[in-house]
Amino acid sequence: MTATTNRPGPGPISPPAKPNLLYRPEFRQAVYQILLAACLIFAFWTIASNVSDNLARQNIASGFGFWNRTAGFDISQSLIAYSNQSTYGQAFWAGLLNTLLVAAIGIVFATILGFLVGIGRLSSNWLIARICGAYVEILRNLPLLLQLFFWYFAVLKNLPGPRQSFSLPLGASLNVRGLYLPAPVPGPGFRAVLIALAIGVVASFAVAIWAKRRQRETGERFPVLWTTLALILLLPGAVYIALGQPLSFEYPALRGFNFQGGIAIQPELMALVVGLSTYTASFIAEIVRAGIAGVPRGQREAANAVGLSKGLTMRLVILPQALRIIIPPLTSQYLNLAKNSSLAVAIGYPDFVSVFTGTVLNQTGQAVEVILLTMLVFLTISLITSAFMNWFNKHIALVER
Amino acid sequence: MAEARQQARRPHGAAGAIVLNGVHKWYGEFHVLRDINLTVREGEKIVICGPSGSGKSTLIRCINRLEEHQQGEIVVDGIELTNDLRNIDKIRAEVGMVFQSFNLFPHLTILDNLCLAPVWVKKKSRAEAEKTARMYLERVKIPEQALKYPGQLSGGQQQRVAIARALCMNPNIMLFDEPTSALDPEMIKEVLDVMIELANSGMTMMCVTHEMAFARSVADRVIFMDRGEIVEMAPPEEFFANPKSDRTKHFLSQILNH
Ligand SMILES: Nc1ncnc2c1ncn2[C@@H]1O[C@H](COP(=O)(O)OP(=O)(O)OP(=O)(O)O)[C@@H](O)[C@H]1O
Ligand SMILES: [Mg+2]
Repeated sequence: MTATTNRPGPGPISPPAKPNLLYRPEFRQAVYQILLAACLIFAFWTIASNVSDNLARQNIASGFGFWNRTAGFDISQSLIAYSNQSTYGQAFWAGLLNTLLVAAIGIVFATILGFLVGIGRLSSNWLIARICGAYVEILRNLPLLLQLFFWYFAVLKNLPGPRQSFSLPLGASLNVRGLYLPAPVPGPGFRAVLIALAIGVVASFAVAIWAKRRQRETGERFPVLWTTLALILLLPGAVYIALGQPLSFEYPALRGFNFQGGIAIQPELMALVVGLSTYTASFIAEIVRAGIAGVPRGQREAANAVGLSKGLTMRLVILPQALRIIIPPLTSQYLNLAKNSSLAVAIGYPDFVSVFTGTVLNQTGQAVEVILLTMLVFLTISLITSAFMNWFNKHIALVER
Repeated sequence: MAEARQQARRPHGAAGAIVLNGVHKWYGEFHVLRDINLTVREGEKIVICGPSGSGKSTLIRCINRLEEHQQGEIVVDGIELTNDLRNIDKIRAEVGMVFQSFNLFPHLTILDNLCLAPVWVKKKSRAEAEKTARMYLERVKIPEQALKYPGQLSGGQQQRVAIARALCMNPNIMLFDEPTSALDPEMIKEVLDVMIELANSGMTMMCVTHEMAFARSVADRVIFMDRGEIVEMAPPEEFFANPKSDRTKHFLSQILNH
């Protein structure tokens, strides 16, 4: 058989006939989308009218009129001035800042710990690898709430009372009421020390840039780390001593039944930060390990073959490639940490959810408004975080191609 | 200058650029290398062939310690390979390696691929490293690709970059592990041409390959390995004309008549 038998008869090929409207993909898609939109609008309208009917029946005014009314409740820890005479609006901000505080500290600690454990798991040192492996398996397989209870009730709430508190170096103390740190009290002339510090930081940046350029040109290394340390520590230190040490510390001291003075960090905050960051670090460690393992073995071999040491291979060849694999799942861990911070309510830390979505909602009854605002807040935090991480990812991906 | 370099590099006289003495290696229970004895003279070109799994890659990877041997001694340029990290570093600085799968660093430009080790290991200035890099890119005939990324090059071009990257460390010895077997036929020639030129410049070379024409024209000795042993070792004329062992005959008949 030859192919010619299957060919249509001779003659010009006519353009394909336009199919009926119903069979055109664009038309079908448009119809489906319109139908879906109509369903959604109907559903929202039903819910909204239902809710407003119910609220009207219960004589609850909708809207944000409650925002400026006096809250009348206390918040045990606040970064802004807040008392029970403050408004619901101020309670909102106090709670929000508390959540952001926990999320920010937690993300920093979780990232550092997670990278250390993840790289440690791949260490050729048997003991280090096993310890890091055990850390990951234990921390990520126990429920977070349980871990928060552990840190709060089993560890921090079991510490001795103020009279028997542990004395830590530098005048800090730890007891069942929290961690008490000496508070710096700047004296006259302390501003000069701060200026010296600022100069030191700027100068070390300049040195770093200059040293990099010099290495490009002459190949000579400059001890940037030591110079930076000297500039940042010694320069302000010298000014500080020259000015007669214009900084005193207010040490926390036992007065009556409790410590007074200094900076007090509540056990609730400590437990939450420790719990969230150690838990999230176990996931980050796995992400880091997978990222490093995702770099082909030949890369490490090629780096070794040209004589790069283990450390340089990791820093110059493996990590830059692993980072592209690591960033997207890392972002979702950051978002998880921020969202998980709402478990604070279980150990009595006044985070945003417990203050606003808990107490404020209970007192005002404005469920729809409060919950909408809460969703908006978490959405905003999440979107800002992902936007930043996406930018960072693009930045390192651009280097690639 | 070339003489001074030669003297500096040969502290142990004419013992050979690479000496393997009774080398054994096991992967767990599996005996990959059995009693390997081989002396490669300075400037000599060795081609290694043999069936898949016979230990060819393992053998040359032992020479720069990508794999560790468990018995016997390996001396490279007068430096014995022991667990001493300083010796391993010294040997790796003397020995360049080219892989079957190129293994260029995909996140760096071609120029950065070539400058990375000279700058970080040999502590050269960037300008000097770049000058050397461009010189070698010229030699492997792709100077115009310097600012591209590896993913933008063809396989043959990538392999030539990999050769240039190894040469930038100014090695005394070059190891090749099947450098052309991941390439399309039309690219094989461009890589082999570079290798032939390198051979003519007097480089000591050990090359695992099944390119028998290359072996004929370039090799001083051809080695046939099977099941972890060196079965036959002879100059190419003799190796191809009258192989002594049956295993070699069988292997040659397979790869020459297909
Ligand atoms: N890391 C390893 N662990 C265990 N066995 C290995 C390992 N690497 C290689 N082997 C085994 O050692 C033997 C020799 O491997 P090698 O790669 O040296 O062979 P080769 O001669 O280069 O083969 P090919 O022509 O396929 O590249 C093979 O049987 C292989 O399966
Ligand atoms: Mg091989």
